[in-house]
Amino acid sequence: MSKDNAVQPFEPKVVAYCCTYCAYTAGDLAGSMRLEYAPNVRVVKILCTGKVDAILLLRAFEDGADAVYVAGCAIGDCHFLEGNLRAIQTVAYTKKRLAEIGLEPERLEFFHVPASDGPGFADAANEMTRRAKTLGPNPLRKSITQAAGRKLAKESDEHPPLPEAVLGKLIHHSERTTVG
Amino acid sequence: MIVAERKPLEQVEAMIDGFERILVVGCGTCVAVCMAGGEKEVELFAAELRMKGKLDGKQRTIDEITITRQCDMEYLEQLAKYVDDYDAIVSTACGAGVQFLAERYDEKLVLPALNTRFIGVAEGAGVWSQRCMACSDCVLDQTGGICPMTICAKNLLNGPCGGTDHGKCEVDGEKDCAWTLIYRKLEKIGRLDTMRKIQPPKDYSLMTTPGKYTHEAFKETQAEDEE
Ligand code: SF4
Ligand code: SF4
Repeated sequence: MSKDNAVQPFEPKVVAYCCTYCAYTAGDLAGSMRLEYAPNVRVVKILCTGKVDAILLLRAFEDGADAVYVAGCAIGDCHFLEGNLRAIQTVAYTKKRLAEIGLEPERLEFFHVPASDGPGFADAANEMTRRAKTLGPNPLRKSITQAAGRKLAKESDEHPPLPEAVLGKLIHHSERTTVG
Repeated sequence: MIVAERKPLEQVEAMIDGFERILVVGCGTCVAVCMAGGEKEVELFAAELRMKGKLDGKQRTIDEITITRQCDMEYLEQLAKYVDDYDAIVSTACGAGVQFLAERYDEKLVLPALNTRFIGVAEGAGVWSQRCMACSDCVLDQTGGICPMTICAKNLLNGPCGGTDHGKCEVDGEKDCAWTLIYRKLEKIGRLDTMRKIQPPKDYSLMTTPGKYTHEAFKETQAEDEE
């Protein structure tokens, strides 16, 4: 066995949630500009960063991502007006949840990457890959296959049947309001 | 509605320490609206507990389910087929819901994941404020729709006190003086004369806990049943 095989350098897995209007387009531009950036990044295209919620970010870490970032439009440029502002809040909130659990909050970040900023897209990818390399592998990677629970099935609520009417017929409100 | 907030993770961790199978039960009504214990929050909370457990090298199972309400027996019933499998149940309902869940499954350990704060309103996204302390004898007709029991730090029915300071309360300079608000509101709707009326002392015996109330219509049926 050669020594080079024994010491495998750690190659982090980085997940990037990119909004379709800005960061994702910037990614395309980075490609057209033939910019080189860390190949560790897995891009997930989303309609708007406002769609990102804490559980989505947490799940990425739960499934072993070493770093996660959300990249959206510049302030004031969001296609849906304030999606990126919400994402900034969500990312800040999720960082606190990470700290609570015992994972480094620096593994998560938000970046503004305008559609015209190909180099900015590459910088974000490089920055998060660098951070993941410094922090080392996500400790949850070891236990990805360990079952730890799930969501139970919930039946739909039962509504009691209408009581037997003594005088006339009882009808549901919905029947009353539909014009026949 | 009831406003609550989640307890710190470490507090809940300490409660469930040593248990292997845990069921987190969410409530889909008040606490879902105040983003403390609805389906989404339960998903996040259960995921946090799972991740924390793994990081601490624990072998434990955290399952989750969110029912419509925990303060109604018929919804609690849906849990019957599951609860036997668990060592402990963590409820993310308000205190009332936790108690009713514990009452329905009285052989189970039921633990609270939230701190119940108050009856309040949503002031803006993610901000709630207390508006009523359930005094059981509402006086809002006299006070322009502003509750002196809740908004006034001294619960004064015949305010303001001498400490009102340019519309702020002497107890907490950050907070508005309830009676200044009441005065302004009554002035606006032309009912300042109601301020001259002296409110009789409040019957605090109505607030003796635990409160219990039977709807008029049901009182009669019960009486009939007894006959
Ligand atoms: S259990 Fe509490 S939080 Fe849930 S619906 Fe009832 S009162 Fe609201
Ligand atoms: S007076 Fe205030 S505390 Fe009493 S019932 Fe009315 S709003 Fe609630």
